[in-house]
Amino acid sequence: MPHDHHDHEHLSPSGHPFRADNDIPLTYWQRMEIAVRELLVEKGHLTPAEINAQIDAMDARSPADGAAVVARAWVDPEFKTRLLANASEATRAMGFDIGPLNLIAVENTAEIHNIIVCTLCSCYPRNLLGLPPDWYKTRAYRSRAVKEPRKVLREFGVELPKSTQIRVHDSTADMRYVVIPARPEGTDGLDEAALAALVTRDSMIGTGLARVPAGA
Amino acid sequence: MTKVRIKTMYPPGHVRAPFYIRGKEGEIEREIGPFGNPEQLAYGLEAEKQTLYRVRFSMAELWAEAAEAPGDTVDVEVYAHWLEES
Amino acid sequence: MTDTPERRWHDMGGQDAGPVPMDGHDFALWEKRIDALMVLCGGKGLFTVDGLRRALEDMGEDAFEKYSYYERWIAATNQNLIEAGVYTLEELGQRMEDVAARGPTYGEAQGD
Repeated sequence: MPHDHHDHEHLSPSGHPFRADNDIPLTYWQRMEIAVRELLVEKGHLTPAEINAQIDAMDARSPADGAAVVARAWVDPEFKTRLLANASEATRAMGFDIGPLNLIAVENTAEIHNIIVCTLCSCYPRNLLGLPPDWYKTRAYRSRAVKEPRKVLREFGVELPKSTQIRVHDSTADMRYVVIPARPEGTDGLDEAALAALVTRDSMIGTGLARVPAGA
Repeated sequence: MTKVRIKTMYPPGHVRAPFYIRGKEGEIEREIGPFGNPEQLAYGLEAEKQTLYRVRFSMAELWAEAAEAPGDTVDVEVYAHWLEES
Repeated sequence: MTDTPERRWHDMGGQDAGPVPMDGHDFALWEKRIDALMVLCGGKGLFTVDGLRRALEDMGEDAFEKYSYYERWIAATNQNLIEAGVYTLEELGQRMEDVAARGPTYGEAQGD
């Protein structure tokens, strides 16, 4: 994917500038990546096709997958019960290939707001939502989310009343988490696809809320 | 919910019980099940199975007067060998 | 923010820090390839995610500040593959030199 990294007008579909790769001087770590990849192939551990397939599989995962799960939970109480009891099984039953992911779903209500962090590294439900946003991996987020989540949420534009209890989940070990955001008011007439469009990535990490539909 | 305390110990090396919960008291939110001990897996060793729990701490317990909202909570996954009776 | 014997540098929960930086970027091909190598080698039992994290932690805080996320992950992946005996340091070092000789950019040097 060649591109001109000097051209800041040229933004990706996510609105971020593309990261320079092919057209900048080769770095030490890029040389290592190429060398390690070639050695793994030559030694018979991996094939180029496997590597390409894995890249495609990760690229295919996105917050839209999680949004579909959330929308289903909003319209189908029985599914929500299954999701809260065993999120890995319920998600797989919807047809998503989440690999070996051990997933726990936590539900936001008027009384409870959940937010996810990994203070020790940057564990993230990547097999459901795709790769994490850069901020999730920063020192600032990892340090502060377990001590001052309300201030952190304010930086994301989320102001919660004192009456709402915050539950932070530190993803320290084998489980990964997804937040089921509260269903916005004024969405009674919407179908599952329209509801899924309201579910943002950040709302499933707990640093955002689901969008309110236009006109509601 | 069962009360537990996280062991106060500070071995070097790869450990998944974060510093900020050591010595703190919490309640078991749920038992998740057996997983290989990461303190052995990290070094390429055969790993014993350890039961993993989710332990819920209040902000007041973790941060005392510095807590932003004392009634908010943090849930942390902790392996059995880091827990002691409270 | 320093490493102490009791609290290692990567164990950040509750430390003071500034505002959360909101800028992001899309991943480059070399970063996606590193991600794929980590997942595939883990799946084939060449190392564990715990081994990767151990190597990352042992690289220290300086590496966290100085290198990008996937730069650190390829270093940790390599460390684990060396420890597993998948290839030798000499093989790696020679191949990195061969790669550099192919051309000055990633596009020219990347192989298949």
